[in-house]
Amino acid sequence: MTLQAYLTLAAMLFCIGLFGVITRRNTIGILLGIELMLNAVNINLVAFARFLGDVSGMVFTVFTICITVAEVALGLALVILIFRVRRTAVADHLDLLKG
Amino acid sequence: MSLEPVAFWGLAVVLLASSLAVVLTRNLFHSVLYLALSLTATAGVFLSLDAEFLAAIQLLLYAGGVVTIAVFAIVVTERLVGDRITQTSRQILTGFILSGALLVALLVVFRRSPLTVPRPLVTGDLTRAIGQSLLTTYVLPFELLGVLLLAALIGALYFARPDD
Repeated sequence: MTLQAYLTLAAMLFCIGLFGVITRRNTIGILLGIELMLNAVNINLVAFARFLGDVSGMVFTVFTICITVAEVALGLALVILIFRVRRTAVADHLDLLKG
Repeated sequence: MSLEPVAFWGLAVVLLASSLAVVLTRNLFHSVLYLALSLTATAGVFLSLDAEFLAAIQLLLYAGGVVTIAVFAIVVTERLVGDRITQTSRQILTGFILSGALLVALLVVFRRSPLTVPRPLVTGDLTRAIGQSLLTTYVLPFELLGVLLLAALIGALYFARPDD
């Protein structure tokens, strides 16, 4: 398959993730959308690394995967913490800063 | 006809369908299960790009770790308030317009740019090359990543401490 095919696949995946981030109300749902977007970025990095014959893209993918896992773990910990205090996981209900 | 296009198109269909299910299904728990399928299909895409090592850590960390944590978070935040595991969406029109516009823009860029590079043959062991690159050229980011993981660990411990 051509590089173009992989890039198109990743672009579609990224847009689906963006759609999820915009439309979901539940904080966990928003985090799942972010996961999809980062996943698309990883596909892009690996495809470029493979087609350009440069291993740096794959090394960078290792970094992205590790950072993403840390981010998800902390994000979900925050969700649980907010839930303990405010008894809600819906992003729209967290309007403490609204004047 | 070789097997590679068949594998690619099969993976692409599974990947896009399960990702759409992640953002569209109403049951949050099903959403996470579809995410697991989508992440596994991504590991398959990595395999089709000859990146076996990345496919392995994708399965271990994402499909294993992230999905487990997400299920755990759902159980904690939903079960306590009763069986309100369904979720609604909002601003569907805005989301559709924004993501659709981004997709069209990206496809136009792809159409215009000369991306017809041929796929080079695999030279040597890619996993070995990744490991050598990690510990030579990218050793400083690698160490910083260790610091980041330590910070994340301490932060998670801080969040999880019992109320006093």
